[in-house]
Amino acid sequence: MEALEIFASASLWGAVLRISTPLIFGTLGALICERSGVLNLGIEGIMTLGAMVAWMTVYQGGSLWTGLIVAALCGGLFGLLHALLTVPLGLSQHVTGLGITLFASSLTYYVYRLSLPVSSSPPTIEPFQPLAIPGLSDIPFVGEALFTQTAPTYLAIFACLATAYILARTPLGLAVRMTGENPHAVEAQGLDPISIRIGAIITGSAFMAVGGAFLTTATFNSFFPTMVQGRGWVCIALVVFASWRPGKALLGALLFALFDAYQLRLQHVVESAIPYQVFLMVPYVLSIVALIVMSRRAKVPQALMAPYRKGER
Amino acid sequence: MRLERRDQTSLALIVAAPVAAIIVSLTLSGGLIALAGANPFDAYFEMVRGAFGSRLSISETLTRTTPLILTGLAAAVAFRAKLWNIGGEGQLYLGALIAAWLGHNMAAAVPAPLAIPIILLAGMVAGALLLLGPVLLRIRLGVDEVVTTLILNFIVLLFVSMMIEGPMKDPLAFGWPQSVAVESDVLLPKILARTRLHIGLIIALVAALLIWFVQTRTVFGLETKAAGLNQKAAAFAGIALGKTLLGVACISGALAGLAGAIEVTGLKGYVTLDLSPGYGYSGIVVAMLAGLNPLGVVITALFVAIVFVGADSMSRALGVPSFIADVIVSISLLTMLVSLLFTTYRVRR
Repeated sequence: MEALEIFASASLWGAVLRISTPLIFGTLGALICERSGVLNLGIEGIMTLGAMVAWMTVYQGGSLWTGLIVAALCGGLFGLLHALLTVPLGLSQHVTGLGITLFASSLTYYVYRLSLPVSSSPPTIEPFQPLAIPGLSDIPFVGEALFTQTAPTYLAIFACLATAYILARTPLGLAVRMTGENPHAVEAQGLDPISIRIGAIITGSAFMAVGGAFLTTATFNSFFPTMVQGRGWVCIALVVFASWRPGKALLGALLFALFDAYQLRLQHVVESAIPYQVFLMVPYVLSIVALIVMSRRAKVPQALMAPYRKGER
Repeated sequence: MRLERRDQTSLALIVAAPVAAIIVSLTLSGGLIALAGANPFDAYFEMVRGAFGSRLSISETLTRTTPLILTGLAAAVAFRAKLWNIGGEGQLYLGALIAAWLGHNMAAAVPAPLAIPIILLAGMVAGALLLLGPVLLRIRLGVDEVVTTLILNFIVLLFVSMMIEGPMKDPLAFGWPQSVAVESDVLLPKILARTRLHIGLIIALVAALLIWFVQTRTVFGLETKAAGLNQKAAAFAGIALGKTLLGVACISGALAGLAGAIEVTGLKGYVTLDLSPGYGYSGIVVAMLAGLNPLGVVITALFVAIVFVGADSMSRALGVPSFIADVIVSISLLTMLVSLLFTTYRVRR
């Protein structure tokens, strides 16, 4: 069976890690926001912004890492905007988030179009090159699949472990989780739920922007409108699938990327017997299925989407 | 400093809110226009001229207003019941696809006066059915409809792409992905001669009036309001929440589907992947700017249409990227949210 042989190729498993990287960053970002009790639907726009800003930084002569840092800063800035509107002002998190997405993406396209004249083929940059880890990358199959990735992919996995540790094992993580469950209890502890939420949203949004930046600095080497292609929404679904846990988020993103990488290769096997759009639908359908399967068991942060106003019950 | 709920909101404040929001948005966007090397006042003047300067441009603006009224109503109806239908774009495309298919295949069998209503109705049914899925998932399994409706937009667009490159492909379009065209006798009649303005505008206005009537003068309308304000209290008052939400979903999805069917039968004649420049998403802004009031939607849809049509011609005249239209509209949404807040709250030291 040709369709099954795909699983035996190291390139598939390498692609899984590559495809999952923006999803890992995005899902972690959304997860951090939601753990503090705020839904951030600005993700799609913030990822688009991160993709453009990082690309533009590199295109103007900055290094790739500077690009990622600038993306994180810009993402954090839009996170701050979302935070100010939803936390102290307590506006609808749904509508504000969508507003942030519309604003961030339209501003991104505007600035991109302003900086570069219209051309048929978008200008390119030199993207991140695969970084073979000495020793480990020599292991047959596994080495090629797992240990010859670009640096941001390793960073994504590290970020996931770090987030898991901070959320579960440190006072800071406890404060964030408690704010998502019961902000009044946080207040009683002498902490300020408002600043904790603002901090969490800024951090989460910076992660989202780095996820978007990976698309232009590693996956592709240019920026084009609508390149995020709903990955942000998929991340929001993955957070539910992961039941708001960073470890499961990593698994979810990998599983999702596996299907995505597989369908890409399966397209070449079946060729035109099935329209290619059917394959492209698979990731989206999967994220809906994931939502349905996990919705019953998901442990939602109790104060998610409930605005906190001091002295108001 | 903290926020305190107002005891009452004056009418002046309700009218001032969107005006203030739009002024702030135009001021901020003015900075971006200046960044492009153009004078913001010239730019806004060009925009107004582009949207109103001639008989043709007025008709173009009104043509743009039509789908925005319908998708705006779709969002307003749903959001009022706290049903987050973000899938307007997908519902619009599905309605458009059905309309193109029926308009191409049915026209020969059914006389036009009968065929047009059937086509529009089919578009509505398609839109409503598409929204029913996510809403049923929410009612039965508690699946958040924001994500499902958003993701369905991408699935529907891929489905449309599949159909217009496959079974519904126009063989005369030289490989360009474009659906078969509807027969000319099922095209919607024009309102103004030698323009593209069609009776879709009147249908949209009637829809706004109907929705206003249903929301303010019927039991169902009050039930949706109650469900939106406080689900627990509504359930306690004996309102069947599930049924109410399903009813709202049918209306909301149908309106977005109708927008698609009207775009095809009134304007384009066929479906392509750029049929809608994000009308489904702009509808959310239209609804929020109107404070979810169905009659207000007509005015805010006109505003958004002016921005889009105006920005196109301003862009040609002054070289400011036309993406400025999306920027103006999205900043208006955010500023409107803030100014709406201050109609119900005030700042206290």
